[in-house]
Amino acid sequence: MPIDPHYETVIGLEVHAQLLTQSKIFCGCPNRFGAQANTQICPVCSGFPGVLPVMNREMVTMAIKTGLAINGTIRTYSEFSRKNYFYPDSPTGYQISQYDLPIIEHGELFIDLPQERKRIGVTRIHMEVDAGKSLHEGIVGASWVDLNRVGTPLLEIVSEPDMRSSEEAGAYLKKLRAIVRFLEVCDGNMEEGSFRCDANVSVRRYGAPQFGTRAELKNLNSIRNVMRAIDYEVDRQIDLIEGGGEVVQETRLWDANNNISRSMRSKEDAHDYRYFPEPDLPPLTLEVAHIEQIRQTLPELPDQMAARFQKTLELSEYDAGVLTASREMAGYYEEANAIVTQAGKASPKATANWVTVELLGRLNKEGLSIEESPVPAKSLGKLVAMIQTGEISGKIAKQVFATLFDEGGEPEKIVADKGLKQLSDSGAIEAEVEKVLAANPEQVEQYRGGKTKVLGFLVGQVMQATRGKANPALVNTVLKQKLG
Amino acid sequence: MFSDPTRLSLSQTADQLKKRQLSSEKLVLAFLERIETINPEINAYITLDRIGAIRGAQEADKRLDAKQGGPLTGIPLAIKDLFCTQGVRTTCASKILNNFTPPYESTVTTRLKAAGAVMLGKTNMDEFAMGSSNETSFFGSVKNPWDKSRIPGGSSGGSAAAVAANLCTAALGTDTGGSIRQPAALTGITGLKPTYGRVSRFGMIAFASSLDQAGPMTQSAEDAALLLQTMAGHDPKDATSINAPVPDYVAELNTGLKGRKVGIPAEYFSEGLSQSVREALETAKKQFEALGAELVPLSLPTTKQAIPTYYILAPAEASSNLARYDGVRFGYRCDNPQDLRDLFFRTRAEGFGSEVKRRIMLGTYVLSSGYYDAYYRKAQKVRRLIANDFKAAFEKVDLLLAPTTPDTAFKLGEKTDDPVQMYLSDIFTINVNLAGLPALSIPCGFDNANLPIGLQLIGRPLDESGILSAAHAYQQATDWHTRNPAL
Repeated sequence: MPIDPHYETVIGLEVHAQLLTQSKIFCGCPNRFGAQANTQICPVCSGFPGVLPVMNREMVTMAIKTGLAINGTIRTYSEFSRKNYFYPDSPTGYQISQYDLPIIEHGELFIDLPQERKRIGVTRIHMEVDAGKSLHEGIVGASWVDLNRVGTPLLEIVSEPDMRSSEEAGAYLKKLRAIVRFLEVCDGNMEEGSFRCDANVSVRRYGAPQFGTRAELKNLNSIRNVMRAIDYEVDRQIDLIEGGGEVVQETRLWDANNNISRSMRSKEDAHDYRYFPEPDLPPLTLEVAHIEQIRQTLPELPDQMAARFQKTLELSEYDAGVLTASREMAGYYEEANAIVTQAGKASPKATANWVTVELLGRLNKEGLSIEESPVPAKSLGKLVAMIQTGEISGKIAKQVFATLFDEGGEPEKIVADKGLKQLSDSGAIEAEVEKVLAANPEQVEQYRGGKTKVLGFLVGQVMQATRGKANPALVNTVLKQKLG
Repeated sequence: MFSDPTRLSLSQTADQLKKRQLSSEKLVLAFLERIETINPEINAYITLDRIGAIRGAQEADKRLDAKQGGPLTGIPLAIKDLFCTQGVRTTCASKILNNFTPPYESTVTTRLKAAGAVMLGKTNMDEFAMGSSNETSFFGSVKNPWDKSRIPGGSSGGSAAAVAANLCTAALGTDTGGSIRQPAALTGITGLKPTYGRVSRFGMIAFASSLDQAGPMTQSAEDAALLLQTMAGHDPKDATSINAPVPDYVAELNTGLKGRKVGIPAEYFSEGLSQSVREALETAKKQFEALGAELVPLSLPTTKQAIPTYYILAPAEASSNLARYDGVRFGYRCDNPQDLRDLFFRTRAEGFGSEVKRRIMLGTYVLSSGYYDAYYRKAQKVRRLIANDFKAAFEKVDLLLAPTTPDTAFKLGEKTDDPVQMYLSDIFTINVNLAGLPALSIPCGFDNANLPIGLQLIGRPLDESGILSAAHAYQQATDWHTRNPAL
């Protein structure tokens, strides 16, 4: 939707990423979902009297990895704090978080926009504990509380207000999600809430020295919803200002069904969280050598991988970006490319094209993700390899791909069963050419009279006669010879 | 040898149990009988675990018969009712936990039970350990065995009274601002608060997490050393517990006082100290000198900051620690809550007593946005100054000697209407908690009304041995700690 060109949008995002640790943040309960309510709990995570939290080391390692991946400063001294508020799904009555001294500060990540590559600052990443869930739906006269989620380790990743459009916000989220997935610290699933985003949005007239008053948008359970909610909010704020009104600081809840947001609470009834240093946990001190050790374990990250694809595989910046958007995508491409290379006719570019154009085109159409692709990477690789070795034509390959996608199977078998193998035998092609020339004396005359354009028609006739299987280059050569 | 085994010290009991001159079962039955007779007037216990105690004693006797016992095997203990005990009601002397039975055991009681100690029951205390007189308990006041019209001190008043009245061989207390030492002083027993982190806090219901510490309450320093030996040590379940080797406290008891420098902080002997306490302390100082100690007068200038600093930090932590009592998962829950807010408000309004509410309000206030810097942050800074004061003193001396309380036990009800007066009774004990140091109180005399007077020894971090051996030397030379109230 068109946005008033006189206004500049300012967006900062807060992401909560649930970490894939074995156990919960402060106790030994398994960090898993889907179990029956209140079965993955113990006296520690359910906030019983007298129990104490003990920090999960695996979580600290994951936080450090994430910090290193966004080029952040890892604080060698960080502190835990209590954020106090009453809610039934927060069993202790406070959330253990980091306030003054978070583990990570001053990070950055880069997003690829149509015209430029843009740096987005990451203010801080801190560690905190997730709350449980209150259940209201379908329960009359009561609310139920499921504490299974209490104690799930969270990273809160806070960006600088560096984004200027919903597209930039979307790109930031995709990049951040790719990073945590590459690191295997978070599964990045927004629908299931393991990767949650709140957006702080404000507008100002271009050139205004200060940011406008911001609204915080919550309940955004997909990147698409984040972008839609931001666009809605920008329009709402501009309309408000243009109508002589004023934007008030508030928290707004996005309603994805109706594509609107509603005010949840204003600044006046914001909580006073009474933060103070957590007395049950000593400050976290880290050795520089330990941080360096963790750095050595970092996997190849999206940006590094994209650079490698561009440099050693000579892919375009665009293709490299698309293929490294997720760990699964990159894995798919690398596997397919390896199959093609093994077949003896390496062609990273052609393989990239097949993944980004044919496969993604079809997946998007069907609303499937790369993990759900009915065509495994191996099959696609074999298909591309057959094109490269001249066994089938590109045109036939599209036909085979459609079969693979809709019915499954092995590409070689489909080609063999349907007799789709490319005709590269010059004798057989010569025979077909002879037939076509005999059947089209008029066009032969025209060609010989200088109207060489009819060659295309004659090629088409041969192709038709061979049901597309003839090697087009060979047909061309033979035809020219005969017409000579 | 006493004919009544309930009067024996822990070390004497252990000796008789080991020699099988006494069975743990017989001893436990004797205590249960005595409790039956005497507890109604003292009110030291909230809950008795008769069956558990007898079974525990029988088990202990088997171990002792098989010569597999240790010094704590078969020893009947009274446990302050804020240590979570699996399957035994743990109330913190609060209505809000009146019906709470923990499904887990505190680390300290786990260790003691593993050593064969037997739990007689859970002792009365100030509600959530908030009080200096044991008058804030939901289960009623504890009476001082020396004079039943007087308070026993608090918050570990039930444990102190139980030891003083021979209703257990020894007891566990906790000390956040003096809650072991002050009642020990007022009931004429020995009470030790270890270095912060020396004893695990896991399973100890929190009042102020950065100050709380569990410790033994006993008839003598020797008994305290025996209990501490098992209580102390690192606990992976408590991130604030110290990972340092535990010395052999009993072996180090006989270090003596010869040549040791004992600091006498002037601020602890200034105005406000009662005549009888002053006189008893003067006599004790002379005895320390006679035992070979060198007395060194010194100053701890931040002493007077104790009360205001403590009454910001402790309530701040408490206001947060007590948020979990919301009626949702355990403990008291108000009847027919109309909605969530009503559930929270009424559960807490009805479940907590007035002193607890006062401290929650204080703590909430000092942490509020806009007041945090003026109160909490400033108090944290003063806390560091207080610790530095002690640190400087310990560069000159090995330990400090001071009164435990300004006066002997006051009358029940005397200070209940004046919280500030009540808070001032902890003026000599609080700074030790703020600095995280070990300290103990031992009896050093009686006033004209035959009420016990306590002497406090304060040590360097982790030097429990230093103060225990000093106390032991003093107790070898005196008999204040062997006196019993007439009951």
